[in-house]
Amino acid sequence: MSDLYRENLLDHYENPRHRGSLAGATISHEETNPLCGDRIRIDIALSDDGETIADIAFSGDGCIISQASASMLMEDVIGKAVADALATDRQHVLDLVGAPLTPSRMKCALLGLKVMKTGLANWRLARGESSGLA
Amino acid sequence: MFDASKVRQDFPLLTRGDTVFLDSAASSQKPEAVLRAMDDVYRRGYANVHRGVYAWSEAATAAYDAARAEVADFLGAPSPEEIVFTRNATESLNLLAYSYGRTFLKAGDEIILSELEHHANFVPWLVLARERGVVLRFWPVGVDGTLSLAALDALITPRTRLITFAQVSNVLGTITDPRPVVARARAVGARVIVDGAQSAPHMPVNVADLGVDFFVCSGHKMLGPTGIGVLYGRRELLEAMPPFLTGGDMISRVSFEGATWNEVPLKFEAGTPAFVEAIGLGAAVRYLSALGMANVRAHEIEITDYALERLSEVPGLRILGPDTADRHGGAIAFTLPRVHPHDLASLLDQRGIAVRAGHHCAQPLHERLGITASTRASFYVYSMPQDVDALIEGIESARKTLRA
Repeated sequence: MSDLYRENLLDHYENPRHRGSLAGATISHEETNPLCGDRIRIDIALSDDGETIADIAFSGDGCIISQASASMLMEDVIGKAVADALATDRQHVLDLVGAPLTPSRMKCALLGLKVMKTGLANWRLARGESSGLA
Repeated sequence: MFDASKVRQDFPLLTRGDTVFLDSAASSQKPEAVLRAMDDVYRRGYANVHRGVYAWSEAATAAYDAARAEVADFLGAPSPEEIVFTRNATESLNLLAYSYGRTFLKAGDEIILSELEHHANFVPWLVLARERGVVLRFWPVGVDGTLSLAALDALITPRTRLITFAQVSNVLGTITDPRPVVARARAVGARVIVDGAQSAPHMPVNVADLGVDFFVCSGHKMLGPTGIGVLYGRRELLEAMPPFLTGGDMISRVSFEGATWNEVPLKFEAGTPAFVEAIGLGAAVRYLSALGMANVRAHEIEITDYALERLSEVPGLRILGPDTADRHGGAIAFTLPRVHPHDLASLLDQRGIAVRAGHHCAQPLHERLGITASTRASFYVYSMPQDVDALIEGIESARKTLRA
């Protein structure tokens, strides 16, 4: 059993939660990790008042760390307030992943978080609000 | 007789035995002789070159000049004045794109470069093309990972002004002989640049015999320190080119009205050069020459042949590039079904095996191959069959862990 690739991580990779796209997405944002080509796209459907993440889904391809961490993030933020999702910090995601990551692999683990936060922040900025990013 | 296990004893970091180092194509390890040569400068008489009329400066200048002569000799350059010291091969190529490209190429002129180029031999020309309207034509990589002369012939036109390519690919390991390229370039009056970052460390190179106009390489990939690179250019071309960077050391005379340039190669070496690193590189090429570059290449063929054979036994593993060692430099990139290169590299790292994962600064090539990333194992003078065995065991273990 590898320290890095524990059962929970492999399970999220092999059986990703909330993988796919959302037909009625309010927000859709995609980024890549130029180092290794990991690619993640996240669709977000907000509640009518724009304050809550009603539904969320991710798609993309890349290494286990990037894809499994995105799956974990989906489970973590669905139903949360947008403000709370925007306040999600790196350590929280690294704790979800729960594996000892080197700095270069942290970029893989944090790609999903970056995509989600940038998507939410851009949407807020487009509406003339502050981005909500710390 | 070349004995890699004996060679390895000269490398302090490798004698520790805690790491199976298979990333020499990114940067090589350093032998004691190089470490000592640089340490000696600082401990026995360090001062800036070309400045002082006192003993330490004179000695540093003499050692710097000697290093240039050794590098010239190593690469078969007719004279030391045709060797310009830069930071690395990337800077050498940028120097060419700025100084040669912006002076001698104009809108509509065509540059041929191969699809397998490292970003260092890609981006400077992309920028030049955008800025000056120079046209880039890409020499396609064949399905076997090689660059064919037939494909080149189809690209050469009377407007071809420059052909630039890697003698050895840093991803596919593909070896391309510069000689027939030079012959074709001559026929249309085009110049030839060879990116030797992956060839100069691994095989005998004689730039005069090859007949190339320019040749670049990096010291740190050939047992030397970081921060020192080489540009070889035929003297008449270097003399016709304007300076790249300007400032101290590269001038002949400066007044309030203007400046005149120093002789080549100093015209291209503005500011205090990395002369301690150059001296380290001098020690590195001395070390390589003592091993004998024909022996170095023979050893590389042996270990590459063994690695190709062992890797091909792994179910589903796809080797990118030529499948025989005689056409292959010491870098082997591969993909494994259902295993991302970064995951494989992390699992290998946990076993103390260092490989490279990603696009190896060759994104266009990976795009052409239809993949985003690959894993690369690369070898050098200190690589041994047991390193390959460790890699194979590591790959098998990773496949089990990842259930691939």
